[in-house]
Amino acid sequence: MNYFIAFRTLVTKETFRFIRIWPQTLLPPAITTALYFLIFGKLIGDRIGTISGATYMDYIVPGIILMSVISHSYANVVSSFYSTKFQRNIEELLVAPVPNWVILFGYVSGGIIRGLLVGIVVALIALFFADIAVNNALITVTIAILTATLFSLAGFINAVLAESFDDISIIPNFVLTPLSYLGGVFYSVSMLPGVWQTISMGNPILYMINAFRYGLIGVTDIDIQLAFIITGGFIVTLTLFSLFLLHKGIGIKN
Amino acid sequence: MNALSIRNLRKTYNNGFEALKGINLEVEAGDFFALLGPNGAGKSTAIGIISSLINETSGSVSIFGHDLKTDRSKAKSCLGLVPQEVNFNQFDTVRSIVLNQAGYYGTPRKLALQRTEQCLKQMDLWDKRDTVSRRLSGGMKRRVMIARAMVHAPKLLILDEPTAGVDIEIRRSMWKMMQDVNQQGTTIILTTHYLEEAESLCRNIAIIDQGQIVENSDMASLLARLHVDHFVLDLAGPVATAPVIAGYQIERIGDKALNVAVPKEIGLNQLFSQLSAHNIKVISMKNKSNRLEQLFMDLIDSKPAEER
Ligand SMILES: Nc1ncnc2c1ncn2[C@@H]1O[C@H](COP(=O)(O)OP(=O)(O)OP(=O)(O)O)[C@@H](O)[C@H]1O
Ligand SMILES: [Mg+2]
Repeated sequence: MNYFIAFRTLVTKETFRFIRIWPQTLLPPAITTALYFLIFGKLIGDRIGTISGATYMDYIVPGIILMSVISHSYANVVSSFYSTKFQRNIEELLVAPVPNWVILFGYVSGGIIRGLLVGIVVALIALFFADIAVNNALITVTIAILTATLFSLAGFINAVLAESFDDISIIPNFVLTPLSYLGGVFYSVSMLPGVWQTISMGNPILYMINAFRYGLIGVTDIDIQLAFIITGGFIVTLTLFSLFLLHKGIGIKN
Repeated sequence: MNALSIRNLRKTYNNGFEALKGINLEVEAGDFFALLGPNGAGKSTAIGIISSLINETSGSVSIFGHDLKTDRSKAKSCLGLVPQEVNFNQFDTVRSIVLNQAGYYGTPRKLALQRTEQCLKQMDLWDKRDTVSRRLSGGMKRRVMIARAMVHAPKLLILDEPTAGVDIEIRRSMWKMMQDVNQQGTTIILTTHYLEEAESLCRNIAIIDQGQIVENSDMASLLARLHVDHFVLDLAGPVATAPVIAGYQIERIGDKALNVAVPKEIGLNQLFSQLSAHNIKVISMKNKSNRLEQLFMDLIDSKPAEER
């Protein structure tokens, strides 16, 4: 059995899905982040000065890019897989000889592609406001891909467990957005009072944002290696959990 | 080799409802098989398990000798499913629905394109290939699902009420299509509530009621068990009462219409001579209800499912 064809079919379908509706999927992040750059970076940032030697604009660009990657990779998989489940066309995959891991990685790849594409769009917009010389391209790209993978997986799990359309917006609104903002997109944790610094260290997104920032502008609050270990650990755990859910048929089989 | 073999299949849904109470079923390769039963009997549940959409509670299924648990990929490759309800993405075009399904079965692109064209033409949908499926009529949507089920050329095709709500012209063309596909060697399992459809198409039959198989035999010997045929006679002139003729049960059902129960061993000849003797002239005659329908009603409890 040739699983690669099934995988390619799924990924192509997933990619065309969000490209076809680009005014809903690719345009909004371009507009929102341009506003971030304009308001926080330019208007307010000029009065803030530098953080760890970087201008405020340069400091927030990596966080804003990665925040977009996070929210869009998550959103892609959660909405695509949930509607597949809801419309029951998941049955097209269940009747076919497609192993669960192909289903999982097919959807996750769609999320990664969307997350990275949005990341590139945002990065291009950032070029109008800041000139970023990439400090370490390998770290930048790897952490972006790992982050997109992690949140695509999380979106997948959310979609599998969701029982209504409300359930697919709870996590993005009440967990992801707050954790991203508190993950040091707009500030360095070293600026926080002691106890809040400790609490912030429990936020996984902080590590990804800092590693990404290090890759782009060479500034970080945390140990880069630790960031890779944490992200990798989450990916492994969420992958295993997703495969378990698919194996049990939770949410998709009676 | 059997196309399908089901052993002791049980399904209890999460709410505790026992939809299948241990069914056994064998369908020979090349057969055209009818799976009949009233609403809620468990047909779709059984089909759901066979096609990996529903987890069984216990029991086993094998498709062309491939066990669904231990040899899943091969078993699935042999099977094409037309589900009872529309389940494709309503925003996709007809062609991409069928083409993607070929991809899921691992069909290489070039062959997939050929097969898609072939199946869509066979289903009279080629003109609609670029239409978004949401804009199709109900009958067209059903045909999309048939094309999708056949795109990987399955050896066993299961159709769960494919002709429900389809006009007679299309239903006829579906019958023809199913017969052609069957003649080319594909085993077909069909569920339907139109019993004349099962009677004219299928060679073997199982009737399922309340999660149990209550009848499983070939169509001919099943029909041979019917001892009485019912006919409606249209008369030339009105009759006031039903004539009394020995051997037949006659009932007046209108001014110029009689209902006659004809035992097989007596036959029709005497009836007509006797009616002439009573000065009753018959213009035309039709089979009252479909024969299979009669049997079906005898076999199953005729109360609706909810009351049982
Ligand atoms: N998800 C479910 N949870 C609980 N009970 C279910 C579920 N799905 C089906 N049932 C019950 O199982 C029984 C069999 O249903 P099934 O769909 O298999 O019937 P069917 O023979 O296909 O009927 P129909 O001719 O109406 O399609 C019904 O009583 C139904 O209410
Ligand atoms: Mg059914």
